[in-house]
Amino acid sequence: MKADHFLLGETAWCPGCGNFSIRNALAGALAELNLPAEEVLICSGIGQAAKMPHYIKANGFNGLHGRALPPALGARIANKNLKVIISSGDGDSYGEGGNHFIHNIRRNPNIAHFIHNNQVYGLTKGQASPTSDPGMVTGVQVSGVINPALNPLALALVLGAGFVARCFSGEKEHLKETMKKAINFEGYALVDILQPCVSFNKHNTHGWYKNRVYFPEVSDPADWSAAMNLARQWGDQIPLGVFYNVPRPTFEDSLEVLSGEPLAKRPFEPNDVADVQNEFL
Amino acid sequence: MEVNILVGGAAGQGMDTVMNLLGKSLVREGYGLIYTKDYMSRVRGGHNFSTLRIAGGTPWTTVHSVDILVALNEETYKLHQHKLAPSGRVIYDPEVFTLPEEEDRGVPVELKNLAEEAGGKVMANTVAVGVLLVLLGMGSNTVEVLLEETFKDKEGMVSKNVNALKSGMSAAEKFCSACFPLPPKSEDSQKLFVDGNQVLGMAALGSGCRFLSAYPMTPSTGVMNYLAGKSKEYPVVVEQAEDEIAAINMTLGASYSGVRSLTCTSGGGFSLMVEGLSLAGMIETPLVIILAMRPGPATGLPTRTEQGDLEFAIHGGHGEFPRAVLTATSHEDAFYRLNKAFELADRYQTPVIFLSDQNFADTHRSVEPFDFGRLSYNRHLVEEDDYEKPYQRYRLTENGISPRAIPGQFPGETVLVDSDEHDQNGNIIESAEERNQMSGKRMRKLKALAEEMDEPDLYGDPRPETLLIGWGSTYGVLRETIDALSASGLKIAMLHFSDIWPLPQKRLRTLLPEVRLSCCVENNATGQLASLIRRETGLAVDKRINKNDGRPFMPDEIIKEVEKYHES
Ligand SMILES: Cc1ncc(C[n+]2csc(CCOP(=O)(O)OP(=O)(O)O)c2C)c(N)n1
Ligand code: SF4
Ligand SMILES: [Mg+2]
Repeated sequence: MKADHFLLGETAWCPGCGNFSIRNALAGALAELNLPAEEVLICSGIGQAAKMPHYIKANGFNGLHGRALPPALGARIANKNLKVIISSGDGDSYGEGGNHFIHNIRRNPNIAHFIHNNQVYGLTKGQASPTSDPGMVTGVQVSGVINPALNPLALALVLGAGFVARCFSGEKEHLKETMKKAINFEGYALVDILQPCVSFNKHNTHGWYKNRVYFPEVSDPADWSAAMNLARQWGDQIPLGVFYNVPRPTFEDSLEVLSGEPLAKRPFEPNDVADVQNEFL
Repeated sequence: MEVNILVGGAAGQGMDTVMNLLGKSLVREGYGLIYTKDYMSRVRGGHNFSTLRIAGGTPWTTVHSVDILVALNEETYKLHQHKLAPSGRVIYDPEVFTLPEEEDRGVPVELKNLAEEAGGKVMANTVAVGVLLVLLGMGSNTVEVLLEETFKDKEGMVSKNVNALKSGMSAAEKFCSACFPLPPKSEDSQKLFVDGNQVLGMAALGSGCRFLSAYPMTPSTGVMNYLAGKSKEYPVVVEQAEDEIAAINMTLGASYSGVRSLTCTSGGGFSLMVEGLSLAGMIETPLVIILAMRPGPATGLPTRTEQGDLEFAIHGGHGEFPRAVLTATSHEDAFYRLNKAFELADRYQTPVIFLSDQNFADTHRSVEPFDFGRLSYNRHLVEEDDYEKPYQRYRLTENGISPRAIPGQFPGETVLVDSDEHDQNGNIIESAEERNQMSGKRMRKLKALAEEMDEPDLYGDPRPETLLIGWGSTYGVLRETIDALSASGLKIAMLHFSDIWPLPQKRLRTLLPEVRLSCCVENNATGQLASLIRRETGLAVDKRINKNDGRPFMPDEIIKEVEKYHES
């Protein structure tokens, strides 16, 4: 399969935006994994990044702002044959959807979560996001961002995520290969993707990232402390790569009723469960 | 002929154990009964009580007066002795408190000491059941069988409990044996002894619901407990969400992917869900929400009852989209009606809210076993040869219902849903023309949906001069009110809504102009149904009888109000 197979429609993104490379990498990853479009589900919330389901040929659930994860989990429970991928923004995933981020890492469903981390709210025109660098001046944060940035990778590691990676939209081949690993990972896989927003983030530009990113050697992806050290690096040097990769039992595997046919495909006849009332006799 | 029993004490003293043991035994022996709970939002202490009414047929409601008061502490006696009939009796433990000298209705039994002699003070409740059996003139066989079933896996507990039961019985014999004659038994088949939440849980299971996600909130939690309890034997997944926002969105994801799904909550949780409710309307994904009401605003009275969220259920959620609101009236009706909620949600691809409340959720009644054969399971998914290719999720159709497919149903075809306004394919659009098409398509569904609503149930005089109007859990109390007032010569009837939105109007339009007095009876402060009727039909209801202290109506309260209006 060719990546083109998965590319669809005109995008509403600004020329030069990092979202294009993310989309190409995703299409390439799906093609190289030979996944039939009807078995892939892309979930998103709301934002520029969250428009992805419209631009990739696959099933799509473009839900509410901040709420990409819950329907993705629901879909996995209903039909475990679906490859479920989330493609959404940093504001969506870490801000409005923060509670779902925390608790789904604990659950560990088989979902690959790709976060277009442009460190800004793009769609609403440039307010700070949870990952904005302190000092960044916006129309709302008029004296610069005061709060320290959320560190999604460190948070994910602390919560027990099994697959934690950082990519940069400018490192296209690495991004595509990491996406493939995340999609194939059994469990919740977080890929935080640094993405320049040419319209609203004049601080973390393509050049800014390009000058800082590097590929450290990850000799043991099961070394949690080493992963944590990499996750905490930010500033002059920003490491990219899969920092941590240790599968643990998934949410779906822990539910015995999900073994066998997907729930969505099982037949049902009300009379077959009539005996359930006998306990009340 | 009827017997009313009230068991009260502090939270944690096990009033439920007494009522469940006695209630189920009575139902097995063929008696008709109802049992309601009044409890505080705390785990220990305070004052809780349960009321059991045994009467011919199956009583529809409990009443104020009490024949047997089981006072597990002194507070219970003080709070409830004024309801006690002159011929009533008070069962109490003289080691715990003593009755005032002038009280000659006491049945002092050392519940705790006898329980300890039988093997442990936890069995004090079983001793109390023994005392009750004697007062009611019942043998112990049925209770013994039930104890056997309940404790068969717990070493030694069956015989200890049976001993406790018997010692309660022999202690009671010298006071009053069979002094409360029971009403005649019913000859019908075995009845179920079941509460409202259990009825809804069973109905969900029988409707093929395979997924429930919810966040615990009284009084809806019983539905979640019920289905979770079944998840080891039946293919149903129950997931406790991190919050109600997650619950409704998870439910939508599962439903979109092809599984009948449910969420349940109370007002506060529903407040968090309304953005998701609007999403369900927009993406046209089936969704059933059980909204078990309790008094608000905010946390309100967490364990008590109210019908305060009718307008919220009808209007909650931003934007305009079709929805249905159905309500739980009686246990018998609610079982089949929740199935209807699932069917409507699938057929019209839109959210359906099922309104219950604490009064319905926590009330046990003896009811006919349900006929699962009457339940439907029609998913209304598009068939292979039935759609234009390529598949489009939001194909424009005459009745507004688009052919619905689920992900993976057809090779090469994908299903896209979007919370933005979209075109037939599901892609974001902003043009006025496409907006009008899509909004029009959604709203067209309302026409056929409105025709599915059942007209309100008319009970009582077929040509009434006085009409009581109600909805939801007041069904039982209104029936008893109508029976009582009819017996006293009034030409009176009740019009009771089960399906409430879109508001069915035919009966209202024929009856309201004809009656001399109409009263809307509602467990809320403002009379939300009365306002809704006015808004939808232009017809005014004469009087509003309201109660919003968190307690259900009793027949005598309504009777008093109606009589007052008749005098003036
Ligand atoms: C409940 C709700 N609140 C606010 C918004 C407005 N809103 C839309 S997208 C967005 C932020 C998007 O930021 P991010 O997720 O980082 O996506 P980006 O546009 O940067 O890709 C906000 C605040 C909304 N749609 N819904
Ligand atoms: S606003 Fe920023 S993130 Fe959004 S498309 Fe434009 S450049 Fe990309
Ligand atoms: Mg962003």
